[in-house]
Amino acid sequence: MLATRALSLIGKRAISTSVCVRGGHGVAKVEDYTLPDLSADQKSLKEKEKGSWAALSNEEKIALYRISFKQSFAEMNQGSSEWKSVVGGIFFFVGFTGLVVLWQRKYVYGPVPHTFDPEYKEKELQRMLDMRINPVEGFSAKWDYENKQWKK
Amino acid sequence: MRDSHCGNMFRAVIRLSASGARSLARSRPCYSAPLASRCYSHGKVETDEEFDSRWVTYFSKPDIDAWELRKGMNTLIGYDLVPEPKILDSALRACRRLNDLASAIRILEAVKDKAGPHKDIYPYLIQELKPTLAELGISTPEELGIDKL
Repeated sequence: MLATRALSLIGKRAISTSVCVRGGHGVAKVEDYTLPDLSADQKSLKEKEKGSWAALSNEEKIALYRISFKQSFAEMNQGSSEWKSVVGGIFFFVGFTGLVVLWQRKYVYGPVPHTFDPEYKEKELQRMLDMRINPVEGFSAKWDYENKQWKK
Repeated sequence: MRDSHCGNMFRAVIRLSASGARSLARSRPCYSAPLASRCYSHGKVETDEEFDSRWVTYFSKPDIDAWELRKGMNTLIGYDLVPEPKILDSALRACRRLNDLASAIRILEAVKDKAGPHKDIYPYLIQELKPTLAELGISTPEELGIDKL
């Protein structure tokens, strides 16, 4: 209700031509299918249009076209470079997120458990070899037990 | 699924999409008119000729008004086909009766757009419509240079 009154101050067309005040669409507005106000030149051109079209020059034909249609098909269908902005924006925000993650690692998370220490990891590795983990085709199969090194 | 090539005679109205939409592909002398089996639940199948003549009749109305022209063209362009030259001829003559050159040029642009990737349809249409275009004095978008940016 308030929006209706506010909007009626802006446009001179009645709000009732829209299906709803907020809607992104409306019923057909008369401006969409009637000719716009014509200048004197355009009016005389429109009169000339009632005669033979062969008598019109190319410029006149284009002028008549432009009265009725804002954009030609070529203009309407042309692409834009908007996608570059979109992709650029994606990269930017992904990069920013990466910075946030790095900051988090440094300032938010506490230390990792002691089980990540290199010495502990060595002991884990030795234990796995001792247990013959996957001795046929996997882990221990790659260890040379004779020479105490990884197989070449 | 209809084919649209018979000999070298190439018809403008071809199947534009392979989906289950109703096919209004042209049939030429080598095919009999209606297809025998169609997956419609009921109702008569309209042949291509019936479709074409219905639309030619629509645009041939002597006192057609501007709204009817716009409505007809918008509906026709909404179909999954490129209209036959004779339908376009009828529509262009309706534009002439309405003294609307802009719509005539727009119709030509629209059918070129409808043909999509099938680049040989539009030249065929222009070739078929050449007498009418000359008679009515309609320039093609290419002649006016508005097909380019």
